[in-house]
Amino acid sequence: MLNLRKLTHCTLLSAVMLCAHGVLAMEGAQKGLEISKEYKSRDTGWGDSSSEIKMILRNTEGQESIRKITFNTLEQLSDGDKSLTVFVEPYDLKGTAFLSFSHPVGADDQWLYLPALKRVKRISSSNKSGPFMGSEFAYEDLSSFEVQKYTYNYLGEEEANGLQSHKIEQFPVDENSGYKRRIVWIDKEAYRIQKIEFYDRKDALLKTLTYSGYNKYIEGFWRPDNAKMVNHQSGKSTVLEFYNYQFREGLSDSDFSQSSLKRLR
Amino acid sequence: MMNKIFNFVIKHPIWVFVAIIGLAFLASNGAKNLLFKSDYRVFFGPEHPQLQAYESMQKIYSKSDNVYFLIVPKDGNVFSKEHLASIQELTKQSWQIPYSTRVDSITNFQHSYAEGDDLVVEDLVTDVQSLTAADLNRIKEIALNEPQLVNKAVSEQGHVSVVNVTVRLPGVNPITEVPEVAAFVRDLKAQYLANNPGTEVYLSGMVMMNTAFSESSMADSATLIPLMFLLVIITIGVLLRTITGTIASVTVIIISIASTMGLAGWLGFYLTSPSSVAPIMILTLAVADCVHILSTMFYEMRQGAEKKAAIAKSLQLNLQPIFLTTVTTAIGFLCMNFSDSPPYRDLGNLVAMGIFLAFIFSMTIFPAMLSILPVRVSKDISDSQNNMHKLAGFIIAKKKVLLPVVSVITVVLALNVTSNEVNDDYVKYFDETVPFRTATDTMQENISGMTILEVSVDSGQSSGIYEPQYLKFVSDFSDWLRQQPETDHVSTITDTIKRVNRNMNGDDPSAYTLPTSRELAAQYVLMYELSLPYGLDLNSQINIDKSSTRLIVTFKNLTTSELIDVEQRIQAWSGANSNQYRMDIASPSLMFAHIGQSSVESLLISTTIALIVISIVLGLAMRSVRFGLISLLPNLAPVLVGFGIWGLMDGQMGVALAVVASMTLGIVVDDTVHFLSKYFHARRERGETPEQAIYYAFGNVGRSLWITTFVLVVGFAVLSISSFKTNADMGLLTAITLLVALIIDFLFLPPLLLAIDKSKSSKANQTDAQWDEQQSDLALKREAS
Repeated sequence: MLNLRKLTHCTLLSAVMLCAHGVLAMEGAQKGLEISKEYKSRDTGWGDSSSEIKMILRNTEGQESIRKITFNTLEQLSDGDKSLTVFVEPYDLKGTAFLSFSHPVGADDQWLYLPALKRVKRISSSNKSGPFMGSEFAYEDLSSFEVQKYTYNYLGEEEANGLQSHKIEQFPVDENSGYKRRIVWIDKEAYRIQKIEFYDRKDALLKTLTYSGYNKYIEGFWRPDNAKMVNHQSGKSTVLEFYNYQFREGLSDSDFSQSSLKRLR
Repeated sequence: MMNKIFNFVIKHPIWVFVAIIGLAFLASNGAKNLLFKSDYRVFFGPEHPQLQAYESMQKIYSKSDNVYFLIVPKDGNVFSKEHLASIQELTKQSWQIPYSTRVDSITNFQHSYAEGDDLVVEDLVTDVQSLTAADLNRIKEIALNEPQLVNKAVSEQGHVSVVNVTVRLPGVNPITEVPEVAAFVRDLKAQYLANNPGTEVYLSGMVMMNTAFSESSMADSATLIPLMFLLVIITIGVLLRTITGTIASVTVIIISIASTMGLAGWLGFYLTSPSSVAPIMILTLAVADCVHILSTMFYEMRQGAEKKAAIAKSLQLNLQPIFLTTVTTAIGFLCMNFSDSPPYRDLGNLVAMGIFLAFIFSMTIFPAMLSILPVRVSKDISDSQNNMHKLAGFIIAKKKVLLPVVSVITVVLALNVTSNEVNDDYVKYFDETVPFRTATDTMQENISGMTILEVSVDSGQSSGIYEPQYLKFVSDFSDWLRQQPETDHVSTITDTIKRVNRNMNGDDPSAYTLPTSRELAAQYVLMYELSLPYGLDLNSQINIDKSSTRLIVTFKNLTTSELIDVEQRIQAWSGANSNQYRMDIASPSLMFAHIGQSSVESLLISTTIALIVISIVLGLAMRSVRFGLISLLPNLAPVLVGFGIWGLMDGQMGVALAVVASMTLGIVVDDTVHFLSKYFHARRERGETPEQAIYYAFGNVGRSLWITTFVLVVGFAVLSISSFKTNADMGLLTAITLLVALIIDFLFLPPLLLAIDKSKSSKANQTDAQWDEQQSDLALKREAS
């Protein structure tokens, strides 16, 4: 009798503890989600933007290589953003344009205009985790942040780049993602991403992305001047330098269409 | 001076025992710092040019080791739902292997095709369960016509498949990283076998080779060392009939080994497969010191001397010869420093250190223990003394026959040295009992070898790889490589570019060609790259600046000379095609090939230097030019005969065997030293005739020479059962050489002495002989004081 009572006691206790754990996990997920939503909402409403990007690739032998692109985005409120990447350097790729409609879930729609062929080709692939132009950035690292792309876990507060930040774990929903999870540091002051750690499918630290040189543009949208990605496994790194941010230039869907690709020069 | 030390040892044996054990304990404490490096790169010094070339190439593209899963379905067809599903599952699981960065298999091959104006890039095998017979046929058709897959991921007949996992070891903790990967991989194999009873799975690749290095060394330590101890105990126990002597000898051996390995740890050495045999060699060599001291002591005791006096006398008599043989043996081992391969240098240094410690211990703790413990003398060894006497009689009687017969046999065998061929094939570093060897052999029989060359072709300008002229060169080069009879597979970016060109032309087979303009090639590659998933990128083939590409060429398992021949043919082809691009060739296979080649040079240098230094030491120690010169012949002949016999038996020579010459030279000298010193002692001090001197030498050292040689031969023969074949070969060749040395010392040296000594008695050489005698008198007087 006594034993039975004890047993019930124990069961109850562990049930409570399990629940507590579950509640805590739920709270973590909830808080992570809320902060991510807040981040997204603070970065909503800029309409369209363009910038010039210089990519500097380095390998462990000390060799360096430079690429230049212009990057245009059109904000989509009910879907992933549309983006248009035009290649400027190297010379062989000049005029090549990459159009992408990102979707929170499922494969993105992607087209490439090949000036040497004077034709637009659709890229039919669910892959978006390969290296972008041979750099340490995958296309998925560059595409827009959408809340539905991840599930969340709040890890606490930590300093990043000298700023007190929220530390959030994000688990990609898309099974074609190259990552098992990411850890993102978002500063409490202005909800800017300071740092992201990428963990590969076996949960080993693969890359660290650090943003710096944040500036405020129109109505308080923050954009970095510099993004540095270091691959811890290969020792290679890629730096993105951003120039000439422009917002609300009146870009529209017609500037982000297959037929628009050929017009670019 | 030395006598004072010996007296102290005999008077205060317990103090000496405790002090030495204490010191040995302190020294051996360093063994905890001694780590085993299981990485084939340890065979190359950091300055090794082929290693540098390879490392630089790895930095430019991607650094990698790998694991191969060889899947052999018993039904002989990979292209069934069941097998494809299992390979797909294994591919997925393999991404979980620690430090894995890439997994290539037939299922995740990035198959590209045209669909209207779309370029579709996807895994060759997607949803297995929904595949129809027609789909399976289509997949088989694609795979067996894809140059990237045939003979790499799938055999031409489609009967076996390989999953290749690229692993990038961080090198932060080299001790645990390789075993961690190996354990995981073996687990995957076990799971695969459990789920697929109708399949065999073999594991190969560089990671498994590294695993084999450490595992076969560990197995050796667990079996060979105890076996050696057992043999030593039996030999000393049975041949010298002494329990105390056996205990004392084993103690000397144990503390010699422990102190050496401990000091090695303190000095920052690390262990490798070759250097891990140091304990066995030290063990073998240390026995000789103990045997010599014991037999002299017993001799004295049989003559009626009291134990402590007998010990003192034995130490006094043996100090010089044992010191001398220690020095010459150490010189032989130290000459291993001329090897191009660091593990063999380490082995030489460790053993040299070990035998010096053994010398010190056999002069201190050994007599101390003999003083403490009871020693009984058995009387009944006159039998073998008699045998030695008979042998001497036989040799003297047959001297006219023996001298020419042994000379001719020696010359004939020595001439076979030229039958040896240089070959350092790392697959054959292991015998067939090692799973890595079986796996690699099976792979070679069924799909492809493991000999690989990586060739980087540099266009010299940024984005230069898209230049039509460059692409044509690389494509022609790939075609030429594929025509070579040794080639199994060529991985080249030009295949991918041709395929994309075909895709962009509606999959028209006639469009499997290179793009006509630089821009088009660049844009095709960009398009293809944008479609690739994580890990399956082109960065392993193209450098970041797009100025150079790397071809990976897989050959059948080639010998060193065959591979060097291929390398030279590549250079020649490049010259004949007026190649304007810089071409770098590197790979682990090539590294081993070159170290094999240069090992012959180091063999000649180290042997010559060992021979010169040892002869000088002998001449100085014995104060006799004649002695030094006479000893040359019986010292060098066994090494030549040993290598000659090896040429007949095996004929494969590499970096491991190259060190045997100088090493055995140092050991072989010992027998000559002991024999000649007794012979000259009899001739000069006792004024005996050459014949009497031969009897004297045989009676005095004949027995201990054959006992020590027996222990040495057995010791090195024990090494020859190692599954690490280079160590086994090294042991076997050394054993052969030492046996030959004893035969030459017994059957050839005495007739030679009789022949030479006769002519010496003529007047012309009188002065020289007198000078020699005076010198050796002086030496002996100095020794006595």
